[in-house]
Amino acid sequence: MPRRIVSLWFPRMASDRILRSHPISAPFAVTSYEKSTERLYCLNSKAIRLGLAPGMGLSDAKALCPDLLTRAADHYADDRFLKLLARWADRYCPWVGFDGHDGLLLDVTGSTHFFSSEADLLDDIHDRLYSYQLNVRSGLAGTIGGAWAVSHFSKGVVPNGQLKAALSPLPAAALRLDETTCATLQRLGLRTIGDLLATPRATLGRRFGLPLMRRLDQALGDQAEQVNAVAPDVSYAARLNFPDPIGLYDDVAAALERLLHRICEKLKTQEMGTRVLLMTCQRVDRASVQVELRLARPMRDAATILPLFERSVREIDAGFGIDQIRLEALSVEALPAKQLDVGGAQVKQNDALSDLITRLGSRIGLDKIKRFQVADSHIPERSFIVSPAAYCEAEGEWEVQSGRPLRLFSPEPIDGREKSPPTAFRWRRMRFSVAQATGPERICPEWWLDDPDWRSGVRDYWRVETRQGRRLWMFFTPQNPAWFVQGEFA
Amino acid sequence: MMTEFKQLFPLQVGRVHEACGSGAIAFAAMACGQAGLRVLWLQVGWQSEQLNPMGLVQFMSPKNLIVAQAENHTDLLACTEDGLRSGAANLVVAEVTQTLDLTAGRRLQLAAEQGGSTGILVIPEGAGSNATQTRWHCSPIFRGNHKTEENLTLQHWQLIKNKTGTLNNWKVYWDAKAHRVIVVSEDGQ
Repeated sequence: MPRRIVSLWFPRMASDRILRSHPISAPFAVTSYEKSTERLYCLNSKAIRLGLAPGMGLSDAKALCPDLLTRAADHYADDRFLKLLARWADRYCPWVGFDGHDGLLLDVTGSTHFFSSEADLLDDIHDRLYSYQLNVRSGLAGTIGGAWAVSHFSKGVVPNGQLKAALSPLPAAALRLDETTCATLQRLGLRTIGDLLATPRATLGRRFGLPLMRRLDQALGDQAEQVNAVAPDVSYAARLNFPDPIGLYDDVAAALERLLHRICEKLKTQEMGTRVLLMTCQRVDRASVQVELRLARPMRDAATILPLFERSVREIDAGFGIDQIRLEALSVEALPAKQLDVGGAQVKQNDALSDLITRLGSRIGLDKIKRFQVADSHIPERSFIVSPAAYCEAEGEWEVQSGRPLRLFSPEPIDGREKSPPTAFRWRRMRFSVAQATGPERICPEWWLDDPDWRSGVRDYWRVETRQGRRLWMFFTPQNPAWFVQGEFA
Repeated sequence: MMTEFKQLFPLQVGRVHEACGSGAIAFAAMACGQAGLRVLWLQVGWQSEQLNPMGLVQFMSPKNLIVAQAENHTDLLACTEDGLRSGAANLVVAEVTQTLDLTAGRRLQLAAEQGGSTGILVIPEGAGSNATQTRWHCSPIFRGNHKTEENLTLQHWQLIKNKTGTLNNWKVYWDAKAHRVIVVSEDGQ
């Protein structure tokens, strides 16, 4: 089947996008900051009729037309808008690609028969876009280059086989060439594509090199060119509008359940699981309440997620009522389908633990729930790592090490400057007499890490048993003589 | 008839127990060690005394441990209740810093019954609630003349409340090899 390509060009997209939401009849321009001045970037038809042109400085334009209304350009918003248009365009064909920042390419091969003729297809596109208040120019041809040339410099449908004839009268700029090449061609008197075709290829190739020849071949279909289709944007979000505002817990929970089912269904088909869910409740007074649920493992089972939401949903202030609820999975991870009884009880227990972590996390924050992991250091405070339990697995082998206390705290100074352990001391307003001291165990600071707690130099650790019963972990710093208590044994 | 140690320890499952005194943390660690399963250990965030996994390893593997820091007393109790009710952790240890009232104690007790996990509340002295199953006063004691490596964990455990029997007290130590609590002597005999 011969290829058919539609090229759509939105010559005034930036201004059209803004005027759609703020319709005005006065001359209007979108400005952007280029070459250290504010310049006109996109104009509406009225401004063009007054003699303004894109690229003109804003102050010049204001002098010409004092009642010009302007708005700063937002290229991100424009790109988003073009993305929306691309999504809209898949009503005509499934293969839609971007063409720069202001155009779309539609590969309509095999889908034109839904309309009585190709011209009807273009008319339909024009009618619809006109009703959306967008200016558009279009071209339909057998190649991307051809369709582009027609949409930018002519209009209508070019039947297969008549491409060369249709392109010949168009200016050389219709070949998607850069400005300098266009100017040179102009200077040489090669004004139209027809002139170029009449010139021997060897001469052209030697003078202009590969780019011009490639564009020429692409326009005529001698060299292949593909439409790069936009990957579909999968978003895991669902929304529910209510005819009357709701405010009871049961109602919100029921709505949430419906939304969850929809999202989980989608997650299931994509084999994904969600980590973060955001529920946004729009209230009648236009305020919105957001509830975030962070899960300790990727999940996509609505029945399990719903109870985890319960606490936060109960805390929502519904005000005068909620009239829209939107649920979105903000972060998703791959969660491939698994056979149910692999791992058996162990997996089930792990899942139960993850659910518990999620539940606790919704109250105190997921980062406050931690697990210990082995670290390679002989400094007591750094011989283990504390990391959030939701994002790490229990792993590593713990070696039984005698002489380490059960409790650690920041060093608390006690009296004494002698090298040998004191026979009696006061700690936390209690009096202790030493019965036995085991040590010293010398630990040097890690010189490659600057730890303010270890600035006092090496430490001699002693395990001190007191007559009162308590067994303390104390250390002496020989370089700055002082005694500290840092831990307590069982 | 005097209450025997083995009737009470390992602690009764599905109930909440309390421990106080300077050896209470060690008591909780030993109870976790003997139960040998998943443990959720809750603390209040501002507490400077932290659990040291390198010291804990002689009682239980830190692999089975999850620690959580609640912001305040209320959150701590709520998390304890959630933890007990879910049953995902076999043991829930909470370091309580304020007095527990009867309502809180009873709620925790009901949650533990429902979830089938054991709760250990480490309480300040005299701050317990009446709903507890047992309350222990634990204090480390100096091993005196019997200087063996094992006696390094010698403790004096007083049972100061027991819902189902009489009170008693014991001298115990932790045997790391056998992985259990060994009773040295029953006091008062």
